[in-house]
Amino acid sequence: MTEVRVLVGTHKGAFVLTADGKRKDWRVDGPHFGGLDIYHVKGSPVDPNRIYASQVGDWFGQVVHRSDDGGKTWQAVGNAFNYDGPPGQHQWYDGTPHPWEFKRVWHFEPSPTDPDSVFAGVEDAALFRSTDGGTSWHELPGMRGQPSGRQWMPGAGGLCLHTIVLDRGNPNRMYVAISAAGVFRTDDGGETWAPKTRGLTSDFMPDPTAEIGHCVHRIAMHPDRPKTLFMQKHWDVMRSDDEGESWYEVSGNLPSDFGFVIDVHAHEPETVFVVPIKSDSEHYPPDGKLRVYRSRTGGYEWEALAKGLPQKDCYVNILRDAMAVDALDPCGVYFGTTGGQVYASPDGGNSWTAIAHDLPAVYSVEVQTLR
Amino acid sequence: MIRVILPHHLCNLAGVGKEVFLQVDGRVTTEAILDALEAAYPMLRGTIRDHGTGARRPMLRFFACGEDLSFEAADAPLPEGVASGREPFRIVGAIAGG
Repeated sequence: MTEVRVLVGTHKGAFVLTADGKRKDWRVDGPHFGGLDIYHVKGSPVDPNRIYASQVGDWFGQVVHRSDDGGKTWQAVGNAFNYDGPPGQHQWYDGTPHPWEFKRVWHFEPSPTDPDSVFAGVEDAALFRSTDGGTSWHELPGMRGQPSGRQWMPGAGGLCLHTIVLDRGNPNRMYVAISAAGVFRTDDGGETWAPKTRGLTSDFMPDPTAEIGHCVHRIAMHPDRPKTLFMQKHWDVMRSDDEGESWYEVSGNLPSDFGFVIDVHAHEPETVFVVPIKSDSEHYPPDGKLRVYRSRTGGYEWEALAKGLPQKDCYVNILRDAMAVDALDPCGVYFGTTGGQVYASPDGGNSWTAIAHDLPAVYSVEVQTLR
Repeated sequence: MIRVILPHHLCNLAGVGKEVFLQVDGRVTTEAILDALEAAYPMLRGTIRDHGTGARRPMLRFFACGEDLSFEAADAPLPEGVASGREPFRIVGAIAGG
């Protein structure tokens, strides 16, 4: 029987929400790691019972948990993230040099072919990999060490490598995004990297079109259309049709092109979802109305999706890792808010229901489609 | 046996009750207690002191026998009350957060 499992990371623990393929009746399990910040929870595409969770915090630092039974039980695995070689320096907020210091794992990206292999995007920005189920972690030093590293500077959330996009058709190619540095691509399995930011404009930079310094919030790819990428930048929704070589703006008629999340429909590579946020100074939806915007044309033309979402007095945020889609038909879309709601749409965004109302602030949402 | 009291979340992580009992051979120091603790409960590595430097994490303190031992040298002998097992060595999280 088809089942959908939604993995939710929050300010005070992880939650696992499950439903059958109808996606109407949801069960909430948790909190796991109650009281602790869980930045991200994500399962292996090849073994959905294998799930990785990132616990972070000022008291006890980084802990990585692994489940081998679909999130019912967990064990702590390796939490030593040591930079390869001298850490070096990046820019601090005030422009002065600042040493690289490991702080936390923002994002896990499990391999599409090997359940023991998983990438971790960390703060201060670097990319790590484990090939033993999270027991040990090794940096891919070409990422942090590429020539622009000393120009990278933290965004409000820190200097974080928060997005990892794997090209399932080409295991040597992947993309990462860093706030505030930009998008980087490797074509050799992570040995070497290059910035891919041509076409991005960020007015907060001295040179708005400089190669480095863009605060990229999220990038998304449809697995069947690996040449096309979508980006929610600090401001601007962007698109690339040439594997990141160049980007162009597709914000179109959005009420605000600031936001954090962006995702692509599971079966329609030109259908894209974003949640506009009023501004970088306010971090809540325009007009107090929570609305997902959907484009069926790969950008430019967007329609507001509001059915089932609060349309007055709503001042939550939707953080960058807090939207995901399932693989069912019709495609389910999910997102979580800093107000503790997890919303689901079983009909591609047409209508929404809160499948969890009162969780702690949601950091991340991932979905597993189990058949 | 040396008695160690852990904060709530580390008890959960290690799967133990609030107090654990450790055999420490030789001189009883902070470093020796933490070495024994991490050997018995490897999942605690990195949560009390830094993996690389061994430095105490900044939002944890070490108390025992009515004293704050957080700033004592890691290899300094701990009070006799701790060494004899009469008093626990307390690992305490800062009262902060939200």
